[in-house]
Amino acid sequence: MPLTACGDCDLLQSVGAVPEGAQARCPRCGAILRSRPRNGAERTLALASAAAVLFAVAQSFPFLAFEMKGSITRTTVMTGIVDLYRGGKPEIAALVLLTIVLAPLGQIALLLHLLLPLRFGRVPWQLAPAFRLLRHVQTWSMMEVFLIGILVAVTKLMGMASIVPGLALWSFALLIVVLAAAVSSFDPEAVWERAGASR
Amino acid sequence: MGARGGVAVTVRARTAIACGCARCHDCGLIARLSGVVHARARCPRCGASLHLRKVRSLERTWALVIAAVTCYVPANVLPVMTVTSLGKQESDTILSGVLYFLVHGDWPLALVIFTASIVVPLAKLVTLTGLLISVHRGSSWRPADRTRLYRVTELIGRWSMVDIYVVTILVALVRLGNLATIEAGTGAVFFGAVVVLTMLAAETFDPRLIWDRSEGRTAT
Repeated sequence: MPLTACGDCDLLQSVGAVPEGAQARCPRCGAILRSRPRNGAERTLALASAAAVLFAVAQSFPFLAFEMKGSITRTTVMTGIVDLYRGGKPEIAALVLLTIVLAPLGQIALLLHLLLPLRFGRVPWQLAPAFRLLRHVQTWSMMEVFLIGILVAVTKLMGMASIVPGLALWSFALLIVVLAAAVSSFDPEAVWERAGASR
Repeated sequence: MGARGGVAVTVRARTAIACGCARCHDCGLIARLSGVVHARARCPRCGASLHLRKVRSLERTWALVIAAVTCYVPANVLPVMTVTSLGKQESDTILSGVLYFLVHGDWPLALVIFTASIVVPLAKLVTLTGLLISVHRGSSWRPADRTRLYRVTELIGRWSMVDIYVVTILVALVRLGNLATIEAGTGAVFFGAVVVLTMLAAETFDPRLIWDRSEGRTAT
């Protein structure tokens, strides 16, 4: 049985083969040592592909339109970021760009980059750096928080003018569900197992 | 041998550090560190640099927590946005944003913003400070619960970003020239800084220190 240590409390333990759909937890502090969803790799690959399409739609179409006294403003994520930058708040613009555009994009792209070649029995190019980048990018991807932000903003403007939800709003909502499912069915340990088998 | 969810987990009753082994921060592989090359050791599987514990965890976490506390004051005092409507200017702080929804009878939304923008950042700062102090004191009080507390802290931090996104969306939508415009305020910059700094602080804190210190205490 392979030896491993708990990331949260450093207890040494050997974890036996984790069956599909099961989790191994640290008996001392309860941290998840490994979680192996059913068909994890295939499911993550499918969900990440769907997320890529939804991401393209969500970023290119307006997600809200605002109508007041005959004039209409439509906004996409990028116009929002550009407005903040022009309005003298480049720090916030950068933060929004990172958390809503770059990090989710990186997350989807890296999942595909890792899992697509492995599906066909090949080792992905630059496997180790790509794997490590994915771990760091995930923390900063905050699509789900953005959806709550939209909800609050819309409620705030409701009395002032009429708000029309755009195409991108629906793809945002779907994207969040799909991306969350892709992340939860991703088993990092399986990447190394498959890569080892392909070598 | 303890089985959980059908998985056999055999506990060695020792920690990795006690055996001179380091767990890779990025891929979780466990590798033995030989004394001489400690400083330059790299994970044989993913290439990340190996450390027994996160480097200078306590110093870095303290620095980030203190920086976050410093930004917390202007984040709450300065306006996060300014609404200009027909020549009238109105500034909103984080708290007045919550009050706005409360006054308009929308208490569920008031609760969401209050939790995300006021409770979560404060709870994070208090928890991290508490954990840091408990590690410094070598406390052996409920290490498993303190580790769980840390995991929750790590998980909830991102939700504070809600207010930043609200400002972004309002600025983008409401720009009707003389009729009505909304501009982001300096408070929003500081608030963003608080969120980022507390997230980084949670990332630099090493929960294994909770166990190291409590074990050191029981051993002596």
